[in-house]
Amino acid sequence: MTDLNTRPGAAVAPVVSLDGVHMSFGPVHALVDARFELWPGECVGLVGHNGAGKSTLVNVINGRLTPTQGKVRYSGHGGQSDAATGAQEAGIRSVFQELSLCPNLTVLENLRIPYRNIPRKAWRREARRMVLAALDEVFPDHGISADAVVGDLSIAERQMVEIAIAFAERDTEPALVILDEPTSSLDAAIAQQLLSHIKKFCAAGGTIIFISHLLGEIFEVATRILVMKDGRVTQDKQANAFTRDSLVDAMGHVVETSGRTQSARQRRAVGEEVARLNNGMTVHAGEIVGLAGLAGHGQAEALARFYMSRASVWRSTKTPEVAFVAGDRTRDGVMPLWSILKNLSLMTLREFSQNGLVNRSEEDRLYETWKERIKIKANNPLDPILSLSGGNQQKVLFAKALASSAPIVIMDDPMRGVDIGTKKEVYSMIRAEADTGRSFLWYSTETEEVLECDRVYVFRDGEISAELTGDMITEENLLRASFELQEATA
Amino acid sequence: MTRDQLRILLPVLSLAVLLAAVFYLQPRTMSYFGLNLLFNLAIPVALATIAQMMIIMVNDIDLSIGTFVSFCACVTATFVHDTPLLGYSILAIAILAYSAIGAVIHARGLPAIVVTLGMSFVWSGLAVLILPSPGGASPEWLQTLMKSKPPLVPMAIIAATLIALVTHLFVKRSSFGVVLQGVGGNERALERAGWSIVKLKATAYGIAGLFGALAGMALVGLTTSADANIALRYTLLSIAGVILGGGEFTGGRVSPIGAVIGALTLTLAASFLSFLRLSPDWQIGAQGAILILVLAVRLLVSRREER
Repeated sequence: MTDLNTRPGAAVAPVVSLDGVHMSFGPVHALVDARFELWPGECVGLVGHNGAGKSTLVNVINGRLTPTQGKVRYSGHGGQSDAATGAQEAGIRSVFQELSLCPNLTVLENLRIPYRNIPRKAWRREARRMVLAALDEVFPDHGISADAVVGDLSIAERQMVEIAIAFAERDTEPALVILDEPTSSLDAAIAQQLLSHIKKFCAAGGTIIFISHLLGEIFEVATRILVMKDGRVTQDKQANAFTRDSLVDAMGHVVETSGRTQSARQRRAVGEEVARLNNGMTVHAGEIVGLAGLAGHGQAEALARFYMSRASVWRSTKTPEVAFVAGDRTRDGVMPLWSILKNLSLMTLREFSQNGLVNRSEEDRLYETWKERIKIKANNPLDPILSLSGGNQQKVLFAKALASSAPIVIMDDPMRGVDIGTKKEVYSMIRAEADTGRSFLWYSTETEEVLECDRVYVFRDGEISAELTGDMITEENLLRASFELQEATA
Repeated sequence: MTRDQLRILLPVLSLAVLLAAVFYLQPRTMSYFGLNLLFNLAIPVALATIAQMMIIMVNDIDLSIGTFVSFCACVTATFVHDTPLLGYSILAIAILAYSAIGAVIHARGLPAIVVTLGMSFVWSGLAVLILPSPGGASPEWLQTLMKSKPPLVPMAIIAATLIALVTHLFVKRSSFGVVLQGVGGNERALERAGWSIVKLKATAYGIAGLFGALAGMALVGLTTSADANIALRYTLLSIAGVILGGGEFTGGRVSPIGAVIGALTLTLAASFLSFLRLSPDWQIGAQGAILILVLAVRLLVSRREER
């Protein structure tokens, strides 16, 4: 992985060049006239809000989509072989947002899936060596065994394995690694390891396409930034030509006003206590309670336990006590085969039903109301939910929970991989709902979101390590409460 | 690794408990001859269970394996016995047909449960056409093989061990078997890596067809004749065997060794109930009760494991 520069031609030829590439799905132009080159040693930040065409661009580059017009050229290939093979031979690897490992296989067996022509003899030894070498290199002290079944690993560990497999040496060296939201499930320390590996990889002549909604990460690693909007690459400049504000501007969203809620928070009075959890957490009416800390320190479990204790397993009621917004969309969020409308009305079916029958007109009204309020980009309520982009699916899940009359809404890191514009809209909606007396329990891995809360519990090793209120909720305090112990033992 | 070991522990234990109970009820079974009698009918069941496992491994289910085994048994007892060349060609074509069904199921996005249910009538009809009334004869070599008496260990045990080992090596250890398991685990990941799911599913179904044919042949070797309805119960027995052996319906989580043990356990359960002098009317129900019991224990174990 370090000798890319010595490969003939690698230092001079672009890894990939796109020449006026168009991609349309029926009448929808997902990618319009993409024209750029990616050179060895570059780390390209790719930004744009949901639906801007990032995924299409990435899929055209890695050969999974064949452009309707224009050409994608890979280093050392004239484009004679088909795109997918060409991309594979050119050493283009992708890590996608939704995990693409086989949970029933072990870590080393998962390396075998992309390594199609692994030698038959002693392939396990070979795979073990490769996957461990990659894990050690990207995530030192990862503590993951090559024989562990992926299904038994935590979501962060799975993401680490997936990233490591993309960087692993195989029959081809990785030349271009596409990372789509690679840090979404990783905590800060692990994410930092990845970022430093990216820098090392690029310094050695590798190329990275880095997609992240965390602009801080983009600015830390990217040498060049491509901004996409409505299927077009609107800006393509060196990273230092952007500032955080100008980048957000370029993506087409209003720059956040940082003075936001401080006053709002103090102004708001909370009502009486509505719930007390086993671990001592309390929730008051109209309060937004945050659960913070490093990812995977028991926040999600605490929320799940609380939800289970308040929701009956056996029957649904017309007056639910709690509503749940899932973070892991594909696992416990959407019903993948159902329409947008059915997904939206799922939570309130019982509430709106008459004599045990679904109230269709109420369902339609629900859709119209929430489509308006939350700006779901959908043509037809009967389209399948999976036809929406990830951010819009998440909006539907939000609407589903908010539409119910439940006084407490539980949110399990619901903003993973959602663009800034959507987030802003959801924040203000949450705040508006809280003003009407609703309570929110909000687990988030992003500091910015935790700062939106009225009161924050910081978790560490499954227990509450700090409770912060009002002006005490600062990034510094949060970090101190999340990290303290680890520094002491280190 | 420990989870896999735990998964295999339960079928082993249930087999051991059942075997102990049978030995207690009827000590004379504790012999070379007794063991062979107890287990020789388990060999075709084990082969059919492996066939079912191949299908369950790729997230489908096969409701036609019972009639397919019957069909293969009829072909073996007639064509293979009379005109071997033609007989073996028919079996080979049947296996290819199985593989084609797998390809069609995936390519057209059809539910396997419906297609295989439909196919079960096709195989059943073909079997009746070939052998309208029970009869036929076993090829000489097959009968000799199935009834052979190797020293020390009965044939039934050797065959079961062999089936378990070979399929374990193929499914769990070989690099191609891992890819087949991956189809059940995460089809999209394989597609992304450039694998053809149609080809992989066709292969899995083809292997299932092969084991189904072997089950039919083994059955004829034991019974020396065939009948169009000889193996109807195998469909449900094979599904039960896979699940009993630690497999799951979805997610590509299967265990070949477990599946063979599951098949042995189910066969043994029938003998156990006979030794209890339970009326045959109750036996199928009682077999179901044993199955539910074992699965309930498994659920408890896996729940505890999660905590």
